Amino acid sequence: MTVYSFRLYVAGKTERSQTAEVNLRFLCDSRLPGGYEVEIVDASERPDLAEDGRILATPTVVRLAPLPQRRVIGDLSDHGRAAVALGLPAADELPPDRR
Amino acid sequence: MTGGDAIKRVPTGINGFDQIALGGLPACRSTLVSGTTGSGKTLFAVEFLARGITTFDEPGVFVTFEETSADIRRNSASLGFTIDRWEGAGKWAFVDVSASLGEEESAVGAYDFGALLSRVGHAVRRTGARRVAVDSLGSIFLRFADVGIVRHELARIAGALEELGVTSVVTAERPEEYDGVTRYGVEEFVFDNVMILRNVLRRQRRSRTIEIVKFRGAQHRTGEWVFTIDGREGIVVVPIAFLASRETASSARVSSGNAELDRMCGGGFFRDGIVLVSGPSGAGKTLTGLAFTAAGVAAGERCLHWSFDETREQLVRNAGGWNLDLAAMEASGLLRIVSGYPEAASLEDHFLEIRRAVEEFAPARLVVDPLSALERVASPKALLDFVLALTAILRRREITTLYVSAPGGRFTPVDPPVIAGLVDISIMFRYTERDDEIRRAIAVLQSRGSAHDHRIRDVTIDGTGMHIGEGMRNGTPDGAK
Repeated sequence: MTVYSFRLYVAGKTERSQTAEVNLRFLCDSRLPGGYEVEIVDASERPDLAEDGRILATPTVVRLAPLPQRRVIGDLSDHGRAAVALGLPAADELPPDRR
Repeated sequence: MTGGDAIKRVPTGINGFDQIALGGLPACRSTLVSGTTGSGKTLFAVEFLARGITTFDEPGVFVTFEETSADIRRNSASLGFTIDRWEGAGKWAFVDVSASLGEEESAVGAYDFGALLSRVGHAVRRTGARRVAVDSLGSIFLRFADVGIVRHELARIAGALEELGVTSVVTAERPEEYDGVTRYGVEEFVFDNVMILRNVLRRQRRSRTIEIVKFRGAQHRTGEWVFTIDGREGIVVVPIAFLASRETASSARVSSGNAELDRMCGGGFFRDGIVLVSGPSGAGKTLTGLAFTAAGVAAGERCLHWSFDETREQLVRNAGGWNLDLAAMEASGLLRIVSGYPEAASLEDHFLEIRRAVEEFAPARLVVDPLSALERVASPKALLDFVLALTAILRRREITTLYVSAPGGRFTPVDPPVIAGLVDISIMFRYTERDDEIRRAIAVLQSRGSAHDHRIRDVTIDGTGMHIGEGMRNGTPDGAK
Protein backbone atom coordinates (compact mmCIF):
# COMPACT_ATOMS: atom_id res chain seq x y z
CA MET A 1 0.00 0.00 0.00
CA THR A 2 1.35 3.36 -0.98
CA VAL A 3 1.88 5.68 1.95
CA TYR A 4 1.28 9.31 1.14
CA SER A 5 3.27 11.96 2.97
CA PHE A 6 2.60 15.67 2.74
CA ARG A 7 4.12 18.80 4.17
CA LEU A 8 1.90 21.84 4.30
CA TYR A 9 3.63 25.19 4.58
CA VAL A 10 1.52 28.04 5.90
CA ALA A 11 2.32 31.55 7.14
CA GLY A 12 0.74 32.28 10.48
CA LYS A 13 -2.47 30.99 11.96
CA THR A 14 -4.67 32.72 9.47
CA GLU A 15 -8.02 31.73 8.08
CA ARG A 16 -6.32 30.82 4.83
CA SER A 17 -3.90 28.53 6.64
CA GLN A 18 -6.73 26.77 8.39
CA THR A 19 -8.75 26.45 5.19
CA ALA A 20 -5.80 24.83 3.47
CA GLU A 21 -5.28 22.34 6.29
CA VAL A 22 -8.95 21.43 6.46
CA ASN A 23 -9.10 20.93 2.69
CA LEU A 24 -5.94 18.84 2.66
CA ARG A 25 -7.14 16.58 5.46
CA PHE A 26 -10.55 16.23 3.86
CA LEU A 27 -8.99 15.17 0.56
CA CYS A 28 -6.67 12.70 2.29
CA ASP A 29 -9.41 11.23 4.45
CA SER A 30 -11.66 10.71 1.45
CA ARG A 31 -9.10 9.58 -1.09
CA LEU A 32 -6.36 7.84 0.83
CA PRO A 33 -7.85 4.96 2.77
CA GLY A 34 -4.40 3.39 3.11
CA GLY A 35 -3.26 6.18 5.39
CA TYR A 36 -1.25 9.31 5.06
CA GLU A 37 0.98 11.71 6.97
CA VAL A 38 0.58 15.47 7.09
CA GLU A 39 3.18 17.75 8.64
CA ILE A 40 2.36 21.40 9.11
CA VAL A 41 5.17 23.95 8.91
CA ASP A 42 4.42 27.52 9.88
CA ALA A 43 6.86 29.68 7.91
CA SER A 44 6.41 32.59 10.28
CA GLU A 45 7.69 30.40 13.15
CA ARG A 46 10.18 28.33 11.17
CA PRO A 47 11.42 30.57 8.33
CA ASP A 48 14.52 28.36 8.18
CA LEU A 49 12.37 25.39 7.12
CA ALA A 50 10.63 27.53 4.51
CA GLU A 51 14.10 28.52 3.33
CA ASP A 52 15.21 24.88 3.13
CA GLY A 53 12.05 23.99 1.24
CA ARG A 54 12.46 27.02 -1.04
CA ILE A 55 8.90 28.04 -0.37
CA LEU A 56 7.73 31.31 -1.84
CA ALA A 57 3.93 31.30 -1.67
CA THR A 58 1.73 30.06 1.13
CA PRO A 59 -0.12 27.85 1.54
CA THR A 60 2.07 25.34 -0.33
CA VAL A 61 1.57 21.61 -0.13
CA VAL A 62 4.51 19.40 -1.02
CA ARG A 63 3.84 15.75 -1.64
CA LEU A 64 6.99 14.18 -0.24
CA ALA A 65 5.97 10.56 -0.95
CA PRO A 66 5.43 8.81 -3.17
CA LEU A 67 8.06 10.33 -5.47
CA PRO A 68 8.22 12.36 -7.61
CA GLN A 69 7.55 15.34 -5.39
CA ARG A 70 4.64 17.53 -6.30
CA ARG A 71 3.91 21.07 -5.22
CA VAL A 72 0.58 22.81 -5.12
CA ILE A 73 0.06 26.34 -3.92
CA GLY A 74 -3.22 27.76 -2.74
CA ASP A 75 -5.84 26.82 -0.18
CA LEU A 76 -6.98 23.76 -2.20
CA SER A 77 -10.56 25.01 -2.23
CA ASP A 78 -11.26 23.25 -5.54
CA HIS A 79 -11.11 19.64 -4.36
CA GLY A 80 -11.24 18.07 -7.81
CA ARG A 81 -8.32 20.09 -9.17
CA ALA A 82 -6.38 19.78 -5.95
CA ALA A 83 -6.67 15.98 -6.03
CA VAL A 84 -5.38 15.87 -9.59
CA ALA A 85 -2.56 18.29 -8.85
CA LEU A 86 -1.47 16.24 -5.84
CA GLY A 87 -1.77 13.00 -7.79
CA LEU A 88 -4.35 11.46 -5.45
CA PRO A 89 -6.29 8.40 -6.63
CA ALA A 90 -9.41 9.37 -8.57
CA ALA A 91 -12.72 8.99 -6.78
CA ASP A 92 -13.81 6.03 -8.96
CA GLU A 93 -10.69 4.07 -8.07
CA LEU A 94 -11.79 3.97 -4.48
CA PRO A 95 -13.82 1.15 -2.89
CA PRO A 96 -17.56 1.74 -3.44
CA ASP A 97 -18.26 2.56 0.18
CA ARG A 98 -15.86 5.48 0.13
CA ARG A 99 -17.06 7.14 -3.03
CA MET B 1 24.02 67.65 -0.02
CA THR B 2 20.92 69.77 0.03
CA GLY B 3 18.40 68.77 2.62
CA GLY B 4 15.38 70.59 1.27
CA ASP B 5 12.98 67.95 2.47
CA ALA B 6 12.33 65.92 5.57
CA ILE B 7 12.91 62.50 4.01
CA LYS B 8 16.05 60.91 5.37
CA ARG B 9 18.42 59.45 2.81
CA VAL B 10 20.55 56.37 2.62
CA PRO B 11 23.61 56.99 0.46
CA THR B 12 24.02 54.06 -1.91
CA GLY B 13 27.75 54.53 -2.35
CA ILE B 14 27.28 54.00 -6.09
CA ASN B 15 29.62 56.35 -7.99
CA GLY B 16 27.78 59.58 -8.73
CA PHE B 17 24.30 58.26 -8.01
CA ASP B 18 23.91 59.89 -4.63
CA GLN B 19 24.59 63.26 -6.20
CA ILE B 20 21.63 62.99 -8.58
CA ALA B 21 19.50 61.52 -5.82
CA LEU B 22 20.47 64.48 -3.61
CA GLY B 23 21.91 62.30 -0.91
CA GLY B 24 20.69 58.80 -1.69
CA LEU B 25 17.60 56.64 -1.65
CA PRO B 26 14.73 57.54 0.68
CA ALA B 27 15.54 55.79 3.96
CA CYS B 28 13.42 52.87 5.14
CA ARG B 29 11.46 52.88 1.89
CA SER B 30 11.36 50.69 -1.20
CA THR B 31 12.55 52.03 -4.54
CA LEU B 32 11.57 50.38 -7.80
CA VAL B 33 14.38 50.18 -10.36
CA SER B 34 12.95 49.42 -13.76
CA GLY B 35 14.86 48.62 -16.94
CA THR B 36 15.07 46.46 -20.03
CA THR B 37 17.22 43.34 -20.21
CA GLY B 38 20.86 44.35 -19.95
CA SER B 39 20.16 47.79 -18.56
CA GLY B 40 22.16 47.17 -15.39
CA LYS B 41 19.32 46.54 -12.92
CA THR B 42 20.89 43.53 -11.28
CA LEU B 43 24.23 45.31 -11.00
CA PHE B 44 22.51 48.29 -9.37
CA ALA B 45 20.87 45.94 -6.86
CA VAL B 46 24.15 44.11 -6.17
CA GLU B 47 26.11 47.34 -5.82
CA PHE B 48 23.55 48.84 -3.50
CA LEU B 49 24.23 46.02 -1.07
CA ALA B 50 27.95 45.69 -1.75
CA ARG B 51 28.67 49.41 -1.26
CA GLY B 52 26.54 49.27 1.85
CA ILE B 53 28.90 46.68 3.28
CA THR B 54 32.21 48.07 2.04
CA THR B 55 31.50 51.76 2.55
CA PHE B 56 28.98 51.99 5.35
CA ASP B 57 29.32 48.61 7.13
CA GLU B 58 25.60 47.97 6.67
CA PRO B 59 24.65 44.31 6.17
CA GLY B 60 22.27 43.39 3.37
CA VAL B 61 19.89 40.71 2.13
CA PHE B 62 19.64 39.83 -1.54
CA VAL B 63 16.41 38.24 -2.72
CA THR B 64 16.98 36.70 -6.13
CA PHE B 65 14.18 35.49 -8.37
CA GLU B 66 16.05 35.05 -11.61
CA GLU B 67 19.74 34.37 -11.35
CA THR B 68 20.89 31.80 -8.85
CA SER B 69 22.88 32.99 -5.88
CA ALA B 70 25.88 31.13 -7.34
CA ASP B 71 25.62 33.17 -10.57
CA ILE B 72 25.47 36.42 -8.65
CA ARG B 73 28.47 35.50 -6.53
CA ARG B 74 30.46 34.63 -9.64
CA ASN B 75 29.41 37.65 -11.70
CA SER B 76 30.18 40.06 -8.89
CA ALA B 77 33.64 38.73 -8.16
CA SER B 78 35.20 40.68 -11.05
CA LEU B 79 34.17 43.92 -9.36
CA GLY B 80 35.99 42.88 -6.23
CA PHE B 81 32.78 42.04 -4.38
CA THR B 82 33.66 39.07 -2.19
CA ILE B 83 30.10 38.02 -1.52
CA ASP B 84 31.04 34.57 -0.27
CA ARG B 85 33.30 36.11 2.36
CA TRP B 86 30.59 38.56 3.38
CA GLU B 87 28.19 35.65 3.72
CA GLY B 88 30.69 33.91 5.96
CA ALA B 89 30.97 37.06 8.07
CA GLY B 90 27.19 37.28 8.38
CA LYS B 91 26.98 40.55 6.46
CA TRP B 92 25.29 39.29 3.33
CA ALA B 93 22.49 36.75 3.02
CA PHE B 94 20.73 35.39 -0.02
CA VAL B 95 17.09 34.50 -0.15
CA ASP B 96 17.29 32.40 -3.28
CA VAL B 97 13.90 31.95 -4.88
CA SER B 98 15.37 31.21 -8.28
CA ALA B 99 15.84 27.47 -7.93
CA SER B 100 12.18 26.81 -7.28
CA LEU B 101 11.15 28.56 -10.45
CA GLY B 102 11.83 25.62 -12.70
CA GLU B 103 9.77 23.24 -10.65
CA GLU B 104 6.36 22.16 -11.71
CA GLU B 105 3.84 23.85 -9.51
CA SER B 106 0.13 24.30 -9.81
CA ALA B 107 -2.13 26.77 -8.11
CA VAL B 108 -5.46 25.76 -6.60
CA GLY B 109 -7.32 28.40 -4.64
CA ALA B 110 -6.11 31.48 -2.83
CA TYR B 111 -2.51 32.08 -1.81
CA ASP B 112 -0.13 34.84 -0.81
CA PHE B 113 3.61 35.40 -0.45
CA GLY B 114 3.65 34.93 3.27
CA ALA B 115 6.49 32.40 3.16
CA LEU B 116 8.67 34.75 1.16
CA LEU B 117 8.10 37.53 3.68
CA SER B 118 8.93 35.18 6.53
CA ARG B 119 12.15 34.14 4.82
CA VAL B 120 13.16 37.74 4.10
CA GLY B 121 12.31 38.78 7.63
CA HIS B 122 14.34 35.89 8.99
CA ALA B 123 17.36 36.80 6.86
CA VAL B 124 17.10 40.47 7.84
CA ARG B 125 17.00 39.65 11.53
CA ARG B 126 19.78 37.08 11.26
CA THR B 127 22.20 39.52 9.58
CA GLY B 128 20.96 42.76 11.13
CA ALA B 129 20.46 43.97 7.57
CA ARG B 130 19.86 47.64 6.82
CA ARG B 131 19.47 47.07 3.10
CA VAL B 132 17.49 44.65 0.98
CA ALA B 133 17.63 44.10 -2.77
CA VAL B 134 14.94 42.18 -4.66
CA ASP B 135 15.83 41.12 -8.23
CA SER B 136 13.62 40.93 -10.21
CA LEU B 137 9.88 41.08 -10.07
CA GLY B 138 9.42 40.07 -13.71
CA SER B 139 9.64 36.38 -12.98
CA ILE B 140 7.07 36.53 -10.20
CA PHE B 141 4.56 37.72 -12.79
CA LEU B 142 5.46 34.93 -15.17
CA ARG B 143 5.01 32.42 -12.45
CA PHE B 144 1.83 33.72 -10.89
CA ALA B 145 -0.67 34.50 -13.58
CA ASP B 146 -3.12 36.39 -11.42
CA VAL B 147 -2.06 40.05 -11.80
CA GLY B 148 -4.57 41.08 -9.15
CA ILE B 149 -2.96 38.85 -6.54
CA VAL B 150 0.52 39.88 -7.58
CA ARG B 151 -0.30 43.56 -7.32
CA HIS B 152 -1.80 43.07 -3.91
CA GLU B 153 1.17 41.01 -2.80
CA LEU B 154 3.68 43.53 -4.15
CA ALA B 155 2.09 46.19 -2.01
CA ARG B 156 2.36 43.80 0.91
CA ILE B 157 6.01 43.05 0.20
CA ALA B 158 6.83 46.75 -0.10
CA GLY B 159 4.95 47.40 3.12
CA ALA B 160 6.65 44.51 4.90
CA LEU B 161 10.09 45.73 3.82
CA GLU B 162 9.31 49.14 5.22
CA GLU B 163 8.07 47.59 8.46
CA LEU B 164 11.37 45.78 8.77
CA GLY B 165 12.98 49.21 8.79
CA VAL B 166 15.23 48.46 5.82
CA THR B 167 15.93 50.54 2.74
CA SER B 168 15.28 48.44 -0.31
CA VAL B 169 15.76 48.32 -4.05
CA VAL B 170 13.31 46.24 -6.08
CA THR B 171 13.99 45.68 -9.77
CA ALA B 172 11.44 45.11 -12.51
CA GLU B 173 11.47 44.38 -16.22
CA ARG B 174 10.51 46.82 -18.94
CA PRO B 175 9.61 45.41 -22.34
CA GLU B 176 11.24 48.25 -24.28
CA GLU B 177 12.65 51.72 -23.88
CA TYR B 178 10.34 54.71 -23.73
CA ASP B 179 7.15 52.68 -23.44
CA GLY B 180 5.70 52.55 -19.97
CA VAL B 181 7.64 52.07 -16.80
CA THR B 182 7.21 48.34 -16.38
CA ARG B 183 5.94 45.33 -18.29
CA TYR B 184 2.82 44.77 -16.26
CA GLY B 185 2.12 48.40 -15.54
CA VAL B 186 1.28 47.78 -11.93
CA GLU B 187 4.60 47.89 -10.15
CA GLU B 188 5.05 51.64 -10.45
CA PHE B 189 1.76 52.28 -8.69
CA VAL B 190 2.78 50.19 -5.74
CA PHE B 191 6.07 51.96 -5.13
CA ASP B 192 6.50 55.51 -3.94
CA ASN B 193 9.94 55.74 -5.49
CA VAL B 194 10.67 54.81 -9.08
CA MET B 195 13.83 54.93 -11.20
CA ILE B 196 14.46 53.85 -14.79
CA LEU B 197 17.71 52.53 -16.22
CA ARG B 198 18.00 52.80 -20.00
CA ASN B 199 20.31 51.30 -22.56
CA VAL B 200 19.71 52.89 -25.97
CA LEU B 201 21.44 53.61 -29.23
CA ARG B 202 22.22 57.27 -29.73
CA ARG B 203 24.31 58.56 -32.56
CA GLN B 204 25.22 54.96 -33.40
CA ARG B 205 26.51 54.42 -29.89
CA ARG B 206 25.24 52.57 -26.89
CA SER B 207 24.27 55.00 -24.24
CA ARG B 208 23.22 54.13 -20.72
CA THR B 209 21.18 56.56 -18.70
CA ILE B 210 19.56 56.63 -15.31
CA GLU B 211 16.49 58.67 -14.46
CA ILE B 212 14.70 59.17 -11.18
CA VAL B 213 11.02 59.28 -12.08
CA LYS B 214 9.69 59.97 -8.61
CA PHE B 215 10.78 60.05 -4.99
CA ARG B 216 7.58 60.75 -3.16
CA GLY B 217 8.02 63.70 -0.85
CA ALA B 218 11.72 63.93 -1.61
CA GLN B 219 13.69 66.09 -3.98
CA HIS B 220 15.97 64.70 -6.65
CA ARG B 221 17.58 65.84 -9.86
CA THR B 222 15.44 65.32 -12.93
CA GLY B 223 16.25 64.09 -16.41
CA GLU B 224 18.41 61.30 -17.74
CA TRP B 225 21.98 61.04 -16.54
CA VAL B 226 24.60 59.19 -18.49
CA PHE B 227 26.29 56.33 -16.72
CA THR B 228 28.72 53.63 -17.68
CA ILE B 229 29.42 50.18 -16.34
CA ASP B 230 33.10 49.96 -15.68
CA GLY B 231 34.84 46.64 -15.35
CA ARG B 232 36.54 47.71 -12.16
CA GLU B 233 34.31 50.37 -10.64
CA GLY B 234 30.84 49.16 -11.53
CA ILE B 235 28.19 51.78 -12.16
CA VAL B 236 29.58 55.28 -12.62
CA VAL B 237 27.19 58.15 -13.23
CA VAL B 238 29.70 60.14 -15.14
CA PRO B 239 29.56 63.89 -15.15
CA ILE B 240 27.92 64.54 -11.89
CA ALA B 241 30.09 62.17 -9.95
CA PHE B 242 33.00 64.50 -9.91
CA LEU B 243 31.57 67.97 -9.74
CA ALA B 244 32.79 69.82 -6.73
CA SER B 245 33.11 73.42 -5.86
CA ARG B 246 36.52 74.94 -6.07
CA GLU B 247 37.59 75.58 -2.56
CA THR B 248 41.02 77.03 -3.01
CA ALA B 249 42.79 78.61 -5.90
CA SER B 250 46.49 78.36 -6.42
CA SER B 251 48.51 81.52 -6.79
CA ALA B 252 51.69 79.67 -7.78
CA ARG B 253 52.74 80.05 -11.40
CA VAL B 254 54.28 77.55 -13.79
CA SER B 255 55.92 78.14 -17.13
CA SER B 256 54.13 77.50 -20.39
CA GLY B 257 57.42 76.49 -21.95
CA ASN B 258 57.69 79.73 -23.85
CA ALA B 259 59.04 82.75 -21.98
CA GLU B 260 57.23 85.26 -24.16
CA LEU B 261 53.91 83.41 -23.83
CA ASP B 262 54.44 83.42 -20.05
CA ARG B 263 54.77 87.21 -20.19
CA MET B 264 51.65 87.51 -22.34
CA CYS B 265 49.68 85.60 -19.71
CA GLY B 266 50.88 87.80 -16.88
CA GLY B 267 53.73 85.56 -15.68
CA GLY B 268 52.91 81.99 -16.68
CA PHE B 269 49.94 79.74 -15.93
CA PHE B 270 48.48 79.29 -12.46
CA ARG B 271 49.35 75.85 -11.15
CA ASP B 272 45.70 74.78 -11.01
CA GLY B 273 44.93 76.60 -14.23
CA ILE B 274 43.02 75.25 -17.19
CA VAL B 275 44.31 76.55 -20.51
CA LEU B 276 42.53 76.35 -23.83
CA VAL B 277 44.59 76.61 -27.00
CA SER B 278 42.54 76.94 -30.16
CA GLY B 279 43.18 77.67 -33.77
CA PRO B 280 43.40 76.20 -37.23
CA SER B 281 45.48 73.25 -38.29
CA GLY B 282 49.23 73.86 -38.46
CA ALA B 283 49.13 77.14 -36.58
CA GLY B 284 51.14 75.94 -33.60
CA LYS B 285 48.71 74.36 -31.15
CA THR B 286 50.36 70.97 -30.89
CA LEU B 287 53.78 72.62 -30.60
CA THR B 288 52.45 74.77 -27.76
CA GLY B 289 51.23 71.66 -26.01
CA LEU B 290 54.52 69.85 -26.48
CA ALA B 291 56.53 72.84 -25.26
CA PHE B 292 54.30 72.97 -22.20
CA THR B 293 54.94 69.28 -21.55
CA ALA B 294 58.69 69.67 -22.13
CA ALA B 295 58.85 72.58 -19.69
CA GLY B 296 57.19 70.41 -17.08
CA VAL B 297 59.65 67.58 -17.57
CA ALA B 298 62.55 70.07 -17.45
CA ALA B 299 61.22 71.30 -14.11
CA GLY B 300 61.12 67.72 -12.82
CA GLU B 301 57.32 67.48 -13.01
CA ARG B 302 55.38 64.46 -14.17
CA CYS B 303 53.51 65.13 -17.40
CA LEU B 304 50.65 63.23 -18.99
CA HIS B 305 50.25 63.86 -22.70
CA TRP B 306 46.95 62.60 -24.11
CA SER B 307 46.91 62.52 -27.88
CA PHE B 308 43.82 61.88 -29.96
CA ASP B 309 44.18 61.22 -33.68
CA GLU B 310 48.01 61.09 -33.62
CA THR B 311 49.91 57.99 -32.65
CA ARG B 312 52.75 58.15 -30.19
CA GLU B 313 55.20 57.59 -33.07
CA GLN B 314 53.81 60.51 -35.05
CA LEU B 315 53.96 62.70 -32.00
CA VAL B 316 57.55 61.74 -31.19
CA ARG B 317 58.59 62.39 -34.78
CA ASN B 318 56.87 65.77 -34.94
CA ALA B 319 58.38 66.81 -31.63
CA GLY B 320 61.80 65.81 -32.94
CA GLY B 321 61.36 68.35 -35.72
CA TRP B 322 61.18 71.04 -33.05
CA ASN B 323 64.15 69.71 -31.17
CA LEU B 324 62.10 68.07 -28.43
CA ASP B 325 63.17 64.53 -27.51
CA LEU B 326 60.01 62.88 -26.18
CA ALA B 327 61.55 59.41 -26.05
CA ALA B 328 64.23 60.65 -23.66
CA MET B 329 61.57 62.34 -21.55
CA GLU B 330 59.60 59.08 -21.40
CA ALA B 331 62.77 57.23 -20.43
CA SER B 332 63.21 59.61 -17.52
CA GLY B 333 59.87 58.41 -16.16
CA LEU B 334 58.46 61.91 -16.05
CA LEU B 335 56.48 61.72 -19.29
CA ARG B 336 53.65 59.39 -20.15
CA ILE B 337 52.15 59.58 -23.63
CA VAL B 338 48.76 58.02 -24.25
CA SER B 339 47.36 58.01 -27.74
CA GLY B 340 44.11 56.70 -29.05
CA TYR B 341 41.25 57.39 -31.37
CA PRO B 342 38.04 58.87 -29.98
CA GLU B 343 35.98 56.26 -31.81
CA ALA B 344 37.69 53.46 -29.92
CA ALA B 345 35.54 53.98 -26.85
CA SER B 346 32.55 55.87 -25.53
CA LEU B 347 32.96 59.29 -23.99
CA GLU B 348 32.31 57.88 -20.54
CA ASP B 349 35.03 55.30 -21.01
CA HIS B 350 37.49 57.92 -22.23
CA PHE B 351 36.68 59.89 -19.14
CA LEU B 352 37.35 56.96 -16.84
CA GLU B 353 40.55 56.13 -18.68
CA ILE B 354 41.90 59.66 -18.30
CA ARG B 355 40.83 59.83 -14.70
CA ARG B 356 42.46 56.51 -13.93
CA ALA B 357 45.72 57.61 -15.61
CA VAL B 358 45.59 60.84 -13.63
CA GLU B 359 45.17 58.90 -10.39
CA GLU B 360 47.83 56.33 -11.18
CA PHE B 361 50.47 58.53 -12.75
CA ALA B 362 49.72 61.59 -10.61
CA PRO B 363 50.95 64.14 -13.15
CA ALA B 364 51.54 67.81 -12.45
CA ARG B 365 50.63 68.66 -16.02
CA LEU B 366 48.15 67.30 -18.52
CA VAL B 367 47.75 68.00 -22.23
CA VAL B 368 44.72 66.78 -24.18
CA ASP B 369 45.35 67.25 -27.90
CA PRO B 370 42.86 67.78 -29.36
CA LEU B 371 39.95 67.76 -26.98
CA SER B 372 37.69 68.67 -29.87
CA ALA B 373 38.25 65.23 -31.44
CA LEU B 374 35.77 63.91 -28.89
CA GLU B 375 33.03 65.86 -30.61
CA ARG B 376 32.90 63.00 -33.06
CA VAL B 377 31.62 60.62 -30.41
CA ALA B 378 29.52 62.80 -28.15
CA SER B 379 26.65 65.22 -28.10
CA PRO B 380 27.42 68.84 -27.19
CA LYS B 381 25.76 68.44 -23.81
CA ALA B 382 27.63 65.24 -23.03
CA LEU B 383 30.95 66.77 -24.04
CA LEU B 384 30.36 69.83 -21.93
CA ASP B 385 29.57 67.59 -18.96
CA PHE B 386 32.73 65.64 -19.71
CA VAL B 387 34.90 68.76 -19.67
CA LEU B 388 33.22 70.05 -16.52
CA ALA B 389 33.78 66.79 -14.70
CA LEU B 390 37.34 66.33 -15.89
CA THR B 391 38.17 69.92 -15.05
CA ALA B 392 36.83 69.48 -11.54
CA ILE B 393 39.15 66.53 -10.96
CA LEU B 394 42.14 68.32 -12.42
CA ARG B 395 41.60 71.45 -10.36
CA ARG B 396 41.25 69.49 -7.17
CA ARG B 397 44.60 67.88 -7.87
CA GLU B 398 46.15 71.17 -9.00
CA ILE B 399 47.11 69.72 -12.35
CA THR B 400 47.99 72.41 -14.85
CA THR B 401 46.03 71.46 -17.91
CA LEU B 402 46.21 72.45 -21.53
CA TYR B 403 43.28 71.57 -23.78
CA VAL B 404 43.76 71.89 -27.52
CA SER B 405 40.79 72.64 -29.75
CA ALA B 406 40.82 72.31 -33.51
CA PRO B 407 39.00 74.52 -36.01
CA GLY B 408 35.27 74.18 -36.13
CA GLY B 409 35.53 72.77 -32.65
CA ARG B 410 32.87 73.67 -30.25
CA PHE B 411 35.50 74.83 -27.83
CA THR B 412 37.08 77.16 -30.30
CA PRO B 413 36.11 80.61 -29.16
CA VAL B 414 33.41 81.19 -31.72
CA ASP B 415 30.99 80.87 -28.90
CA PRO B 416 32.69 82.47 -25.90
CA PRO B 417 29.96 81.81 -23.34
CA VAL B 418 30.49 78.05 -23.68
CA ILE B 419 34.13 78.15 -22.77
CA ALA B 420 34.29 81.30 -20.67
CA GLY B 421 33.29 79.49 -17.54
CA LEU B 422 35.48 76.50 -18.13
CA VAL B 423 38.97 77.80 -18.64
CA ASP B 424 41.26 80.28 -16.97
CA ILE B 425 43.40 81.14 -19.95
CA SER B 426 42.30 81.17 -23.54
CA ILE B 427 44.99 81.34 -26.21
CA MET B 428 44.08 81.66 -29.85
CA PHE B 429 46.15 81.05 -32.95
CA ARG B 430 45.16 82.19 -36.38
CA TYR B 431 46.53 82.90 -39.81
CA THR B 432 46.68 86.46 -41.04
CA GLU B 433 47.56 87.96 -44.35
CA ARG B 434 50.29 90.54 -44.33
CA ASP B 435 51.68 92.04 -47.48
CA ASP B 436 52.09 89.04 -49.72
CA GLU B 437 52.35 86.26 -47.19
CA ILE B 438 50.34 84.26 -44.71
CA ARG B 439 51.64 84.71 -41.18
CA ARG B 440 50.81 83.05 -37.91
CA ALA B 441 49.50 85.14 -35.06
CA ILE B 442 48.83 84.47 -31.40
CA ALA B 443 46.65 86.28 -28.89
CA VAL B 444 45.67 85.72 -25.28
CA LEU B 445 41.91 86.21 -25.15
CA GLN B 446 41.54 85.90 -21.43
CA SER B 447 43.71 85.22 -18.43
CA ARG B 448 41.62 84.97 -15.33
CA GLY B 449 43.07 86.46 -12.20
CA SER B 450 45.84 88.40 -13.84
CA ALA B 451 46.55 91.11 -16.37
CA HIS B 452 47.48 89.89 -19.81
CA ASP B 453 48.82 91.15 -23.09
CA HIS B 454 45.94 92.28 -25.29
CA ARG B 455 48.00 92.53 -28.45
CA ILE B 456 47.92 90.15 -31.36
CA ARG B 457 51.49 88.99 -31.72
CA ASP B 458 53.41 87.64 -34.65
CA VAL B 459 54.55 84.01 -34.44
CA THR B 460 57.28 82.16 -36.26
CA ILE B 461 58.06 78.48 -35.95
CA ASP B 462 61.39 76.89 -36.81
CA GLY B 463 63.52 73.91 -35.84
CA THR B 464 64.01 75.27 -32.34
CA GLY B 465 60.39 75.88 -31.59
CA MET B 466 58.00 78.80 -31.47
CA HIS B 467 59.03 82.43 -31.33
CA ILE B 468 56.65 85.19 -30.48
CA GLY B 469 57.45 88.49 -32.10
CA GLU B 470 56.10 91.98 -31.74
CA GLY B 471 52.54 93.13 -32.10
CA MET B 472 51.25 93.11 -35.64
CA ARG B 473 50.78 96.75 -36.44
CA ASN B 474 50.24 96.25 -40.10
CA GLY B 475 48.08 93.25 -40.06
CA THR B 476 45.03 92.96 -37.86
CA PRO B 477 43.38 89.55 -37.59
CA ASP B 478 40.88 90.80 -40.11
CA GLY B 479 43.63 91.45 -42.62
CA ALA B 480 42.70 95.12 -42.80
CA LYS B 481 45.51 97.61 -43.08
